[in-house]
Amino acid sequence: MYTVRRFVVRHSRFFEWVYECFEPMLVFLDPVWSRFGYNRMERPVAFAERHIKGLLFDCQMCGQCVLSSTGMSCPMNCPKNLRNGPCGGVRENGHCEVKPAMKCVWVDAWEGASRMKGGDKISIVQPPVDRSLEGSSSWLRVARERAEEKRATRDAAREAMAEAFSEAREEEPAAAPLATEPPNAQPMQEAEESTSVLTVEKTPS
Amino acid sequence: MSNDALFDPIDPLKVHATPPEGHSSNSRLERVLRQGRFAVTSELNPPDSANPEDVYDAARPLSEVVDAINATDASGANCHMSSLGICSLLTRVGYSSVLQISCRDRNRIAIQGDVLGAAAVGVGNILCLTGDGVGVGDQPGAKPVFDFDSISLLRTLRTMRDEKMFLSGRRITQGPRIFLGAAENPCIPPYEVRADRLQKKVEAGAQFIQTNYIYDVPRFEKFMQRVRDLGLEDKVFILAGVGPLASARAARWMRANVPGIHVPDHVIERLEGAEKQGAEGKKICIELIQQMREIKGVSGVHVMAYRREELVSEIIQDSGVLEGRHAAPRGRRARKSEATD
Ligand code: SF4
Repeated sequence: MYTVRRFVVRHSRFFEWVYECFEPMLVFLDPVWSRFGYNRMERPVAFAERHIKGLLFDCQMCGQCVLSSTGMSCPMNCPKNLRNGPCGGVRENGHCEVKPAMKCVWVDAWEGASRMKGGDKISIVQPPVDRSLEGSSSWLRVARERAEEKRATRDAAREAMAEAFSEAREEEPAAAPLATEPPNAQPMQEAEESTSVLTVEKTPS
Repeated sequence: MSNDALFDPIDPLKVHATPPEGHSSNSRLERVLRQGRFAVTSELNPPDSANPEDVYDAARPLSEVVDAINATDASGANCHMSSLGICSLLTRVGYSSVLQISCRDRNRIAIQGDVLGAAAVGVGNILCLTGDGVGVGDQPGAKPVFDFDSISLLRTLRTMRDEKMFLSGRRITQGPRIFLGAAENPCIPPYEVRADRLQKKVEAGAQFIQTNYIYDVPRFEKFMQRVRDLGLEDKVFILAGVGPLASARAARWMRANVPGIHVPDHVIERLEGAEKQGAEGKKICIELIQQMREIKGVSGVHVMAYRREELVSEIIQDSGVLEGRHAAPRGRRARKSEATD
C-alpha cells in the first residue's frame, strides 16, 4: 500500500536494523532449509515473503531483492523498473513522470538511503533483473548464497591446511579434508561457529 | 583535406582498425575530446519515411559543423526511422554518428545484437538512455520493455567491448569498438543526487555525457561543482545540452508537456519582451554555448533543435566555438547518387 511503503521509507533506518537481525537468522537456518530441501521450502517461504513484503514495500517478488541498497524503496514500483536511480523525467515536485500521483520511487530511495547506516550502497551498480527468478523467494536465495559464501571461505582455509600438510593428507585424508561436507551432517557446534564468522563479515563498513 | 576541417570522412576499411593507443574506438568524437578540443555534437531527428534522401537532407547542414551526429531512438516514445538505420546510412557516407539506445523498446537479446551490428557497420559512439515512458508517445498502448536501465546497459556494453563477452558469458570473437556515452539531466529533481548518479554512470562505463537541455545556468554550475568535487571531471567528458526556444509560448508548452525540461521564468520573460521571439531564442542559445565554454569541466556542447538542422548549423557557426576549424564543404559523397546505390 502506497502509504505504508512511504512510511517505511521515512523509517528506513529502523527497517534496515530489522533486516540486519533477520538476515543472519535466515542464514543460520540454512541447515534446516537444506534438510527439508530448499525446493520444498520455496512455496511456503515465498508465500510468507510475498505477503509480508507486499504489505510493507509493495513488493513485486522479483526474487532478487535489493531493498537494503535502495533506501528501502522497492525499485520494481518504478514504472520503468529502473534498478539504478531515477530517470530523466522526474517532475518538479519530485513526482513520477509516468504516474503523476506517485512520488518518484527513486527520489524516495535516495531519501531513505540518506537515513540508513549502509546508505551509500545505493551507489553500487545493480545488474538487470533476471526475469526467470520472478515470483521466487529472495529470502531463501540470500540464505543459500550467504551459506555458500561461508562454505567457500571455510574451504579456502582447508585448502591452505591441506597444502601445508600434504604428506599427512595423502596418508590420512580425514586429517586434512577437502571435499565439501554435506550441510545436513554438520554438528550444531559448527553451525554456531559459522554464525559468528558471518557477524564478523558483516561489520567492516 | 586539411586537418582542422570538420568533415572527416571515415574510411570504411579503417573503421575496424585497432583504435589508437588509449582510445576505445576509432570515433572522431573520442579523438576530438581526447585531444582537448571543444567538441560539438547535434542530433538528427529521424524522418517518418523509408527514403534515405530524407536522412541525408537533414544530415548535410549538421555534417559541416559537428563532430558527431546523434540519431535519436524513438524519442518521446514516438515511432520514426530507427537509430541503427540512420547511423548506417550516415557511416556509409563517412559521417560520424552516435547510436542512441533507449531501454524502453528492446530487451537484452535485441540490444546486444544491435550493438554488434552497429559496430560492424562502423558506428563508433553509443549513447545509452532509459527512454521516456510509452504513455507520452504516439502509441501509448505499446508494451514498455525496460529490461535494462541505462546504467546496467552501460555496464553490459562495456563488458562486451572489454571482456569480449555477452551477458550470458558466451564469447564474442571481435568486441565492438565503441565510445560509450550516457545522458544526464542536471536541472530536474532530485538535484542533490544528479551528480552522484552521474558517478554511477561513469562507474558503469560512461566515457562521455550529453546532458538534456540546460536553460538554468546557475543550477547547472552547482551540479558541475559537485561533479568536480567527486573528481569526475577527469574521468568523463561532459557535453552540455543546449537548444533555441522558438517562442515564449513554445517554451511554456514544453515545460508543461515534455518530461524532463526545466525552463526558468526569467528566460521566458526575456523571450516575451523581445520583438522577434525566434531571433531572441537563437541569441539566448548562442549565449548559453558561450557560457558553457567557460565552465570548468565542460568539454563540449550538444546542440538540439527539433527538425531545424539549418538553424543548429547557424547557431554553432555564430557562437564561435569552431574557432580555427572551418566549416567543411558539404559532403560530396552524400549526394543523391550515393543514397540510391
Ligand atoms: S520518475 Fe522515478 S518512478 Fe517514475 S519512471 Fe522515472 S525513475 Fe521511475
